[in-house]
Amino acid sequence: MAYFKRFSIWQLLLVLMSLPTMLALVGVLTAWLDIDLSVLSHLFEFVIPNAVLNTLALVLCVALATVVIAVISAWLTTVCDFPGRAFFSWALILPMAIPGYVMAFALVGALEYTGSFQTYLRESFSLSLLLPDIYSFGGVVLALSLTLYPYTYLLVKNAFQTQGKQSLEVGQSLGLSTLQSFWRVSLPQARPWIVGGSLLVMMETLADFGTVSVFNYDTLTTAIYKSWFSLFSFQSALQIASLLLLFVVVVSLLERQSRHKQRFTNSRNTVQARSRILLPSLYAYFACAFCGVIFFIGFVLPIGQLLLWAIPHLSLEITDQFWRYMLGSFSLSLLAMTIITAFALLLAFAARTQNSYLANWSVKISTLGYALPGTVLAVGLLAPIAAIDHYLARLGFATPLLQGSMVVMLLAYSVRFMAVAFSPIENNLMRVTPSIDAVSRSLSVSGLSMLRRVHFPMIRVGVLTAMVLVFVDVMKELPITLMTRPFGFNTLAVRIYELSSEGLWQRAALPALAIVLVGLIPVVILILRADKVQQ
Amino acid sequence: MSTEAEHYLSLTNVGIAYDSEQVLSGISFSLQRGEIGCLLGPSGCGKTSLLRAIAGFEPVSEGSITLNKKTISQKRYALPPEQRQIGMVFQDYALFPHLNVIENVKFGLHGLSRSESDTRSLYLLEQIGLIDKKLVMPHELSGGEQQRVALARALAPQPKLLLLDEPFSNLDVELRDSLGEQVRGLLKQTQTTAIMVTHDQHEAFAMADSIGVIENGALLQWDSAYAIYHQPINAFVADFVGQGVMLHGQMISSTEVQTTLGCFERKSIAATIDNIQAGDQVKVLIRPDDIIHQDSSELTAKVVARHFRGAEFLYHLELDNRERVLALVPSHHDHAINEKIGIRLEIDHVVVFK
Repeated sequence: MAYFKRFSIWQLLLVLMSLPTMLALVGVLTAWLDIDLSVLSHLFEFVIPNAVLNTLALVLCVALATVVIAVISAWLTTVCDFPGRAFFSWALILPMAIPGYVMAFALVGALEYTGSFQTYLRESFSLSLLLPDIYSFGGVVLALSLTLYPYTYLLVKNAFQTQGKQSLEVGQSLGLSTLQSFWRVSLPQARPWIVGGSLLVMMETLADFGTVSVFNYDTLTTAIYKSWFSLFSFQSALQIASLLLLFVVVVSLLERQSRHKQRFTNSRNTVQARSRILLPSLYAYFACAFCGVIFFIGFVLPIGQLLLWAIPHLSLEITDQFWRYMLGSFSLSLLAMTIITAFALLLAFAARTQNSYLANWSVKISTLGYALPGTVLAVGLLAPIAAIDHYLARLGFATPLLQGSMVVMLLAYSVRFMAVAFSPIENNLMRVTPSIDAVSRSLSVSGLSMLRRVHFPMIRVGVLTAMVLVFVDVMKELPITLMTRPFGFNTLAVRIYELSSEGLWQRAALPALAIVLVGLIPVVILILRADKVQQ
Repeated sequence: MSTEAEHYLSLTNVGIAYDSEQVLSGISFSLQRGEIGCLLGPSGCGKTSLLRAIAGFEPVSEGSITLNKKTISQKRYALPPEQRQIGMVFQDYALFPHLNVIENVKFGLHGLSRSESDTRSLYLLEQIGLIDKKLVMPHELSGGEQQRVALARALAPQPKLLLLDEPFSNLDVELRDSLGEQVRGLLKQTQTTAIMVTHDQHEAFAMADSIGVIENGALLQWDSAYAIYHQPINAFVADFVGQGVMLHGQMISSTEVQTTLGCFERKSIAATIDNIQAGDQVKVLIRPDDIIHQDSSELTAKVVARHFRGAEFLYHLELDNRERVLALVPSHHDHAINEKIGIRLEIDHVVVFK
């Protein structure tokens, strides 16, 4: 009885908010309700083994490569000192702004045999040196690693910073050399962050669709897309999606677990300028060269290549059509940003007022979607939506009502990006303690005026952060948009995909630059904020 | 005795229950205008719940609360906190982090012109000595400064009643004493009626005109600080407030008690309440200040432990029958452990429990 009394409108809201995610998950599982054995045997003979092996190989290699890049560069820019350290410290975050599908074709364009960079090397230095073929497994790993290593880099940097100089000094006082204390003190202490970062990278690699498409490298995500759009078998797309979901669940469970181990011990005692290890000159050159090469291939080369393609044809490419794509992208991102931020606000307030078992689970489920690959979400949501359309048709509505409308796409976005919007808002809202509310009411400020005078000013930064992140993420998003967009609706991301899959890289350069420019906004904010914390 | 009409705040038989679990019951006390009360008790005794009920954040399950002749809480009725004009100061201060000091103080000033609210908030900042920091953000203030801003903010709208929840618990000890004095001075000067909650008897003694000792959801005693210390109503109050030991004793009449330290007479008022008769075995409360060290005294006791406290020693003394008492002795009387020293008793209030 008491339970029902407390079942308020907030609780209902919370349950409603978690519904889309549940719908998508249930949708994926319906794959196995209707099994066509001939299709299934085809899948298991020709598609799945190859896709699974390719996916696993890619996930492992990218995880390994990103760990190596991230740990070395984070150690060098945090604990050591060498010429250019301050610059690389933030510059190495920049590749994050380049979406994988842009990085991929820009790198291929620059590094293939007839590409700009190789040609330049040959002609300037008459070097006959032959770079390894970029159009290969190694190329996929390189492109993905360069866009994803900043995740691990940021986490590990944070870990090294908060370890403080004491742990290093303890190592040195016990007679360890610099390198020894790196292996035996810093690295073991940073392990939870390294593991957490690489699990995030693994999740992103599992979800990647655009990068592998450029290389024609078949993974589970491209298999989902092809089964649906080339073989026209939605059912087998769902079945492959459920397989991918299995991998995702394993990785995200591990990631959740690793987060519990990330505890900052002595955050007051961060690494300061004077405590950095000044590298002797030879090592300093190596450090500078290492960071320089990463920054060059990860940022300068792809951006340079894009500019090289875009600038000569600028007047030809900036057409009405280009502006239409821009408008499509911006209006879609704005719409999604508004809806998702509003939902995230509601979710955060509902979770705050309701501290029940049901509320906690609803929040957990609603924010689960960041782990779900766009391809899985697209097919997972379409299955139940199609069923609803089917039902509506029988009721006599003109169908398809929902399929091919914005509804599916926006639902998928909100599932995927709810966590992105929720966590900064929730973070801010935690500062609004119960006694803040109580004080406000005791000073005769309550209800809407408390919302306006206390709550909103206190969460403003969180809301703005949420808006920027969602806006940029939606703009960069590829598979959901590609698979669920209304007929004829185009965005910059889709345009880039279409052009680059036809090999028209030169023409894809301008929209790609536009996306990178937008993608730089949150990265720059992140860099500035980290800078402020440092001071 | 004061009459009902003079009572500014009255709690009558108040009870609080969460989900049918009784947290507090039968709480009755009252304050006069301008008086400072204190609810003293161990953590978890229900004192904070009582404070929240007076503020209007908790409903009462029985009894009633009246403020200035108006009932603000009773069973199934609670005037919302925002309509009570009761100020609150929280343990964590709860300053609004997005507002600077003076904006925080002005927050609860409604319906005043700009110059009026400026005058009022500047006056309070002057009083708490933070006029120089009026434009500073809360996170740049020290704990004691934040505490004073929280106080000024609560006082700004001239509340009918001010409630302070463990106001000094986040401050270091030295600051507590000086700030306690300042706060009391400010409350008296502004003639604010106030109730403070604390688990620290020194804070209670420093601040309050009346103290209520709460244990396990019941108000054991509501009295002046002096009476709480010297005439505790039961063994819990005696033990919780101040130091002391219980000696065995036997009543030789209804008012006289025989102990190993001699024979004492109880004051008549207390004796009538607890139905103690001649021949009863009883416990007698002996405070450290009841025992005076006197070298010439025939009565002696052996030093078994000693704590140096600067101006005085706290000696643990063992009597001939192996019972122990505490004695506060000026610190130039430096006696070694196992030494026998002469003592004399000076007990104004003989407190006897069954």
